[in-house]
Amino acid sequence: MYMGLVDTMNYPFWLENFLQTLATGVLVGGTYALMCVGLGLIFGVMRVINFAQGDFLMLGMYFAFYLYTFLGVHTLFGVFVGPVVAAFLAGPLVFIVAWFVHRWLMSRVSGMAAQGAEAEGGYGQLILTLGISLVLQNGGLIVFGSYPQSLRTPLSHQAWLVGPIFLNKSRVVAFAVAVGLALLLYLFMNRSTYGRAMRAAADNAEAAIYMGIDVDRAHRLAFCIGIAMTAVAGGLVAMYYPFQPYVGLEFVIIMYTGVVLGGLGSILGAFWGGMTIGLVQQLSTLILPIQLQNTAIFVVFLGIVLFRPQGLFGRTAERT
Amino acid sequence: MDAASRWRSPYAAVAAVAVAYVVLAYSIPNKYYQLMITLMILWSIMGLSWNMLSGYSGMVSFGHAAFWGLGAYTVTLALVLFNITPWLGIPLGTLVGTLGAVIIGLPTFRLRGHYFALAMLAYPLALLYVFEWLGYQEVPLPMKREHPVLFMQFNDQRIYILLALALLVVAMLISLKVERSRMGLSLLAIKQNEPAAEAAGISSLRWKLMAIMLSGAIGASAGGLYALVLLVVTPGSVFGVLVSAQALVVTLFGGVGTVWGAVLGAAILVPLAETLNGELGSILPGIQGVVYGVAIILVVLLAPEGLYWKARDWLTHRGQPVPEPELAATKGAPTVAAAESPAMATSATLPSTRARAEPSAEAEPLLQLREVTRSFGGLRALDSVSFTVRRGALQGVIGPNGSGKTTLFNIINGFLTPDSGSIEFNGHNIVGLKPNRVCRLGIGRTFQVVRTFPRMSVLNNAMVGAFVSARDDARARVMALEALERVGLQDRAQRLAGVLTNKERRLMELARALASGPQLILMDETLAGLAPQETDELLTQLLQLNLEGLTIIIIEHTMHAMVRLAHDFIVLDHGGLIAQGRPEEVVQDPGVIEAYLGKRWMSRVAN
Repeated sequence: MYMGLVDTMNYPFWLENFLQTLATGVLVGGTYALMCVGLGLIFGVMRVINFAQGDFLMLGMYFAFYLYTFLGVHTLFGVFVGPVVAAFLAGPLVFIVAWFVHRWLMSRVSGMAAQGAEAEGGYGQLILTLGISLVLQNGGLIVFGSYPQSLRTPLSHQAWLVGPIFLNKSRVVAFAVAVGLALLLYLFMNRSTYGRAMRAAADNAEAAIYMGIDVDRAHRLAFCIGIAMTAVAGGLVAMYYPFQPYVGLEFVIIMYTGVVLGGLGSILGAFWGGMTIGLVQQLSTLILPIQLQNTAIFVVFLGIVLFRPQGLFGRTAERT
Repeated sequence: MDAASRWRSPYAAVAAVAVAYVVLAYSIPNKYYQLMITLMILWSIMGLSWNMLSGYSGMVSFGHAAFWGLGAYTVTLALVLFNITPWLGIPLGTLVGTLGAVIIGLPTFRLRGHYFALAMLAYPLALLYVFEWLGYQEVPLPMKREHPVLFMQFNDQRIYILLALALLVVAMLISLKVERSRMGLSLLAIKQNEPAAEAAGISSLRWKLMAIMLSGAIGASAGGLYALVLLVVTPGSVFGVLVSAQALVVTLFGGVGTVWGAVLGAAILVPLAETLNGELGSILPGIQGVVYGVAIILVVLLAPEGLYWKARDWLTHRGQPVPEPELAATKGAPTVAAAESPAMATSATLPSTRARAEPSAEAEPLLQLREVTRSFGGLRALDSVSFTVRRGALQGVIGPNGSGKTTLFNIINGFLTPDSGSIEFNGHNIVGLKPNRVCRLGIGRTFQVVRTFPRMSVLNNAMVGAFVSARDDARARVMALEALERVGLQDRAQRLAGVLTNKERRLMELARALASGPQLILMDETLAGLAPQETDELLTQLLQLNLEGLTIIIIEHTMHAMVRLAHDFIVLDHGGLIAQGRPEEVVQDPGVIEAYLGKRWMSRVAN
């Protein structure tokens, strides 16, 4: 996968190996962080667990793929900038899909519709997103086929050499773009009126209504932005990760682990949570067989959920 | 009527389901359709497994594939590695499923709601990767041509249908048994309001563990049979998300919290999805998943509790009394007592009643708090509070908002643990006990915001309280009726709790606490939101209960009511106990007046 010569002169093998894994972990973690931020935004504002998040990510991957390969992005922007442009364009497209999903499905069981409902109301949302997930996954299989795809770019098999470690160019680009976008979202949430309205709706939906905030609209905005962010992250990952319609499942677990790790409801926490998961996933390969790298994530996930459910960066989340 | 009710007996319905499947199996010669019938039955069983945990207790599981997969792999590996026949392998798988359920349940039940659902998702997926890593990517079951019967290998698909049917009948009978026992009622109470159930003496951990064990056993047995029917096991096909989703979907579609839901759901969805897959699978490969996905979406939007309940609502009209046939016999008696109900006493008799009920100074201490302290972060919610309540006392607790009154109750009844200090009840140290244990020792409580089980009848609400001390369910029923009679709610016994008036709900909560036969009741702002007339009636009832020997600690803001009611006041302010004594004295105490009205008011009064 990597090109160039390995410089083993000055570093012992284990250290080199460790540094390489660490670097890969950080790079991968950056894209995970963006996915997690998207999911974290949705949970933070709507208090809805969205199981379909991974499938919207899959949608982002396919949209980016079709834009890049068949709809001219490749010819217009070339093989280096093209994939990033395609990933960015996939965002608004998935945003539109998410808008309809929220308008027709989610809003019936969340937001104002669920105000005052008993605890059982929350399960309706959870289960609805599971249904959406099944439809997207299997509908994806019908529409896109099961053949694994990827955004073909030379970036994915070129690397920058920094000291003894190789930095895969596609991963570096994906990392930089993802972190930049996450930062933009953070600023948007804290500085803009829309962002503040969303946060108010998150803190106390009823009070927000009395302050003249349209809670349903705030929820829809959060849902669509959150999904679009994750979709862009998907498009970026698609540069170096082959995907098929069921790919969402692999990522939804990663996303949830990251979000829970950071503390459900905290966007900043979700960012660092995603970053940590990238590191855990890569570093675990140093000591575990590679098939078990996702099992390592589950172990971390269960450990966090069981022993520190408020997450590493979050406040106490449970209300009685 | 009698014949009709016998005809509608659930056991007759179970038999009808079984007969219908047998007839179906033997009237269809096509092997492919016979396989479909087998799968319908297996998914019904899996749905019942999901319903056992998630339907009855309300803890949604996205990880039931763990049990299914454990069963399937146990049967397969026992056969492949140790040549153990599935006749033993399936019971073994059931055992493994049960053990797995305990191992999963014990840590995971610490979580609630979303967290529980998420954690459950992780178990089967983690197992999936482990089995892949162990090298069991695709394990075919070896053919045993010499002893097919011994190894449960039949040429006739219909025998598998009969085997699956036998399992289904067992699973249905277990579910029915659970539904109609205190386990079902306790799980229902936990589902509707867990803190209230705990405070009423229900050990939620115990019942949830029972539920997940039964659930694991049922799911694993079905998974084991599934392996035999399909003859090949892969981690993805038995631990995959689609397995968990399918268990959930057939149940939700058919109806949650009832034995009929899963059976109905599987009977509709499995053939639909299989047929579509068979007809269109080559052109539209994911059609099966799409069908299940669309089914969930439609159910959540149109009939959130499933077809069974929707159909039942259509047939019988909503809002009717909950039918409980066995109770009809006992129903005549209570009304006689209504005339003597304490509610009839006039409020004019109140002061004298209080004087008579007052416990002597030598009465033994029932509850003793010593130096009890509890902080939330930097806030001292209770600061070194000590006091003693004697048996037979009617102890008032007053104090401004946020002074720590409810925290005090939460600490006594076990919702919270004090940071330091000791609490002794009847000679037992109760610090660190769970609410249901505290309740078992004889402390009942009511809540500031009434916590009912809104979708259960008033009688069942009270019965939940009675389980603590009743040996069997019949006894619990009698005790619940007695408790309802004591508060004058006997006429409302069959109503749904959700439709009661505010006063009635408060009385019902009191009856639920009384049904456990407590020595001490903690009452948190029981009079809040009542009209003056209602307040008087309730006060009289409390005095009567106290007169009958019940010790009561009551938090209340309505001072004139409290002065008439309590023998003794303790006053909390900012978590500290600032005064204790007879009501007349305490309300004159400058410190107390200051706590309520502030310094400036004090100085104005002084001038």
